[in-house]
Amino acid sequence: MTLELRNVSKSVGVEEHIRDVSLTLEKGSLNVLLGPTLSGKTSMMRLMAGLDRPTTGDILVDGKSVVGMPVQKRQVAMVYQQFINYPTLSVYENIASPMRVSGRDKGTIDKKVRAAAELLKLTPFLDRTPLHLSGGQQQRTAIARALVKDAGLVLLDEPLANLDYKLREELRVELPRLFGESGAIFVYATTEPHEALLLGGKTATLSEGRVTQFGATIDVYSRPADLITAQTFSDPPLNVVPMEKRGSQLSYDGKSIAAPAETGGLPDGTYKVAIRPHHLLLRPPAGAAIQVEASVSTTEITGSESFIHVEHDGLRWVALTHGVHRVEIGDRVPVYLDPAGFLVFDEDERLVAAPSSYVAPPRNAMGA
Amino acid sequence: MAQITLDKLAHSYLPNPKGEADFALKEIDHVWEDGGAYALLGPSGCGKTTLLNIISGLLVPSRGSILFDQDDITHLAPEQRNIAQVFQFPVVYDTMTVAENLAFPLANRHVAKDEIAKRVAEALEMLDLAGKANRKAQNLTADEKQKISLGRGLVRYDVNAILFDEPLTVIDPHMKWQLRTKLKELHRRFGHTMIYVTHDQTEALTFADKVVVMYEGEVVQIGTPEELFDQPAHTFVGYFIGSPGMNVLSCQVAGNKLRLGAREVELGCSYPQLDGRTEVGIRPEFVRLAPAGQGLPITITRVEDIGRFKIVRALLEGQRFDAVLPEGREVPEGASALVDPARINIYQDSHLVRVQAQGGN
Amino acid sequence: MQKTLNNKAWFMVLPVLFIVALNAIVPLMTVVNYSVQDTFGNNLFFFEGTRWFSEVLASERFHDSLLRQFFFTFTILVIEVPLGVGIALTMPRRGFWSSVCLVLMALPLLIPWNVVGAMWNIYALPDIGLLGYGLNWLGIPFDYTQQPVSAWFTVILMDVWHWTSLVVLLAYAGLRSIDDNYYRAAQIDGASRWAVFRYIQLPKMKHVLTIAILLRFMDSFMIYTEPFVLTGGGPGNATTVLSIDLVKAALGEFNLGVAAAMSIIYFLMTLLVCWLFYTLITQGEKK
Repeated sequence: MTLELRNVSKSVGVEEHIRDVSLTLEKGSLNVLLGPTLSGKTSMMRLMAGLDRPTTGDILVDGKSVVGMPVQKRQVAMVYQQFINYPTLSVYENIASPMRVSGRDKGTIDKKVRAAAELLKLTPFLDRTPLHLSGGQQQRTAIARALVKDAGLVLLDEPLANLDYKLREELRVELPRLFGESGAIFVYATTEPHEALLLGGKTATLSEGRVTQFGATIDVYSRPADLITAQTFSDPPLNVVPMEKRGSQLSYDGKSIAAPAETGGLPDGTYKVAIRPHHLLLRPPAGAAIQVEASVSTTEITGSESFIHVEHDGLRWVALTHGVHRVEIGDRVPVYLDPAGFLVFDEDERLVAAPSSYVAPPRNAMGA
Repeated sequence: MAQITLDKLAHSYLPNPKGEADFALKEIDHVWEDGGAYALLGPSGCGKTTLLNIISGLLVPSRGSILFDQDDITHLAPEQRNIAQVFQFPVVYDTMTVAENLAFPLANRHVAKDEIAKRVAEALEMLDLAGKANRKAQNLTADEKQKISLGRGLVRYDVNAILFDEPLTVIDPHMKWQLRTKLKELHRRFGHTMIYVTHDQTEALTFADKVVVMYEGEVVQIGTPEELFDQPAHTFVGYFIGSPGMNVLSCQVAGNKLRLGAREVELGCSYPQLDGRTEVGIRPEFVRLAPAGQGLPITITRVEDIGRFKIVRALLEGQRFDAVLPEGREVPEGASALVDPARINIYQDSHLVRVQAQGGN
Repeated sequence: MQKTLNNKAWFMVLPVLFIVALNAIVPLMTVVNYSVQDTFGNNLFFFEGTRWFSEVLASERFHDSLLRQFFFTFTILVIEVPLGVGIALTMPRRGFWSSVCLVLMALPLLIPWNVVGAMWNIYALPDIGLLGYGLNWLGIPFDYTQQPVSAWFTVILMDVWHWTSLVVLLAYAGLRSIDDNYYRAAQIDGASRWAVFRYIQLPKMKHVLTIAILLRFMDSFMIYTEPFVLTGGGPGNATTVLSIDLVKAALGEFNLGVAAAMSIIYFLMTLLVCWLFYTLITQGEKK
């Protein structure tokens, strides 16, 4: 099936939870909804599931409107952040429950339950009740139940948020594989950019109830349509530098460099240049770069990477470098703004230029 | 502020523990420096919360004792220990304003009014909450509430330690960065002894001077983030720290030769005869991919492009082997893996084998 | 918050509406009917307009019983709410003993109202009742059939015995919903027992306590069976609260019009207070 949201809005009282969203989700696709808390991820999922009715707009499955159709009649499965299972039923019965409701025969149920349990490494626990399982196993049970339902639409609302970090990492690798095999439309909500990138597929970035961009995950990351999308999709936070363009020169803080080729056609004026933390350099790059002196406000060293937080002219930036980079707090350090990493936004915060190296991994010709 | 001594501390939730397995926290014996920032890191059920509860006074350990400086506080109640704590889910006094929340611990201790006003103003300033001093605490966002919890500890100048129990769980990623850097800044300015419990390696590594990695009730390593990354003392540490974790492959070692299936690699130093299960640990960050023939042949199963780098999932001699490829670098055709011998760690029965650079033991 | 999509669900409500119509709306209309007419039997009715209402509102007897009603309700609220909260606070928060306490607390609530009245009637008898005899033995003159003070004392004591449990159970439910970490944080902040109550327990109990007060207000305002069985409104009219007076007027004196007007005024008063409470609760939630 395909699921289409056409100019969907949803208000509760005077509050607008979803504002004019149009999206088409294809069969067998994995779609990530990325945005901070209260950006409308859960509201969107409730609309997709049919738990809520849109205030305006239409929701179509395979071209037919499904607004008003009760949830029970739709082929929808949902997994929540909280581990929701039937506490008194065994893992086996928990997984089997949606098929029992739809009256499948015993043989099919058994086969599918065992297959799903195998896939999610639950086979040894089939006889236990959820209370005797770890958090990860409980959530895997919930995921298995969603899988066997043969739903055309599977909604996962921050399913890994309550799990341990490492467990999250493992399930995150497994999930796209499970999704790929079932042919259903998967929608996965998360607050973490890192998670969206690891899952791949397509991503819709959300901000205040609006979808700011929808496309292949890596494209949305590399070519965010506007500043808010870039910020939503940046962890650690994005560095924003106001720059002046005059002719073929970009300048900041009285220093200028040759503007990157991509900005060629742009009129002179003020631009907001966003630089991802790993492109804010503490060592001079091979080519030309704007060098400014900034003072170190905090350092965070993880052993493999260092996050150096600096302040320049009232702006707070963060640089991410490989390995261990020791600087003292309060030190003044040179920071290099390398045009190879510039995402240029105009005054309306729309993207007007991105580094060509971002756009076209030679083998796929997506992007501009 | 105080130095914390854990003296042969162990805890079992059973009244009569029989063997090692009955202990939720196996014996630990450590001194944590005054003014240090420590993180207790491990998966759920590793005993980190048990240890935190012993330090905060919620639990009395079955064995051993705990000292703040020279004072044995093993049997003191939480309020007698003079500590502060920030919980996983924000705890604020709903009916009070932000300022009243911060004044609360001082008012309870009968600090003079003008002194309270001074310290509260100071804390509001530090936490960037000055503009919200007179707002009801109930209506604030989760990160602001956590700041208030922290502030209630900061206004007390004499706290022995500030404990954090997974304080960023309910905070959005962007706010996590801000809160974390705030925390570091405050630690630097005031030098409180801080103990931070988490399962999130990034939080632990970025916050702490020393990270205490726990696994199945045992402290498997205490070290700086660098030590944990470069020389994990246990394969679990290698796996748990780093994302993706360290590659751990079973192997044989003879002298300065490492044998992986049919392949042989030269090591940076010579190892003595190793008994038991021998494994090699290689960080994906220290693997370079090269065209076929130049290094160990690998079969790539999947490439995950996560923007600033790519994770290459592969098989090496039939064992799972990950490599990290920097941004902009392409996966070479028919790839093989090159490993820096200096970055290879050898494990015997899961524990790191430490040797001098010039062989011997 | 969310709208239902399945409108058929409304059919499920129909039987309830029907039953409510039969046992509430129809009798109420009858009462309204009586309240504006006079009758001398034989099904003869004369329209009297608002005469009964002005008569009732002006009558000293009505004022007296209304005053007694308010006194009763006010007194039991003042006793039962703090007492109930106090008991809830001393109950163990979990474990075996918390269940035992809950069962013990629920016991008085399970006894039928007329039995409660009868129990206390006997219990407080000055000659053979344990309470009555005991008090007299201690040198305190006590006879609820003769002395208004004794009668009031008994009526209030009985209600407190019967209904404090309800407040306890509600308050206890509110207390149980408080996360342990709140207590730990307060402990660490050096909060006194009073401060813990004032800033943690009371705010968290606010909702259930409003409900408890509302329930106790309505119940006590409409109380009939227990005082009727215990004192019958006596001695004299000393414990004649509104409901007892109403029944006296209707069935004792067969003043149907007066009684009907009284019950409507009575009904409107209860409704007004409930509405006040309701807005209070919902506004509190909005903030």
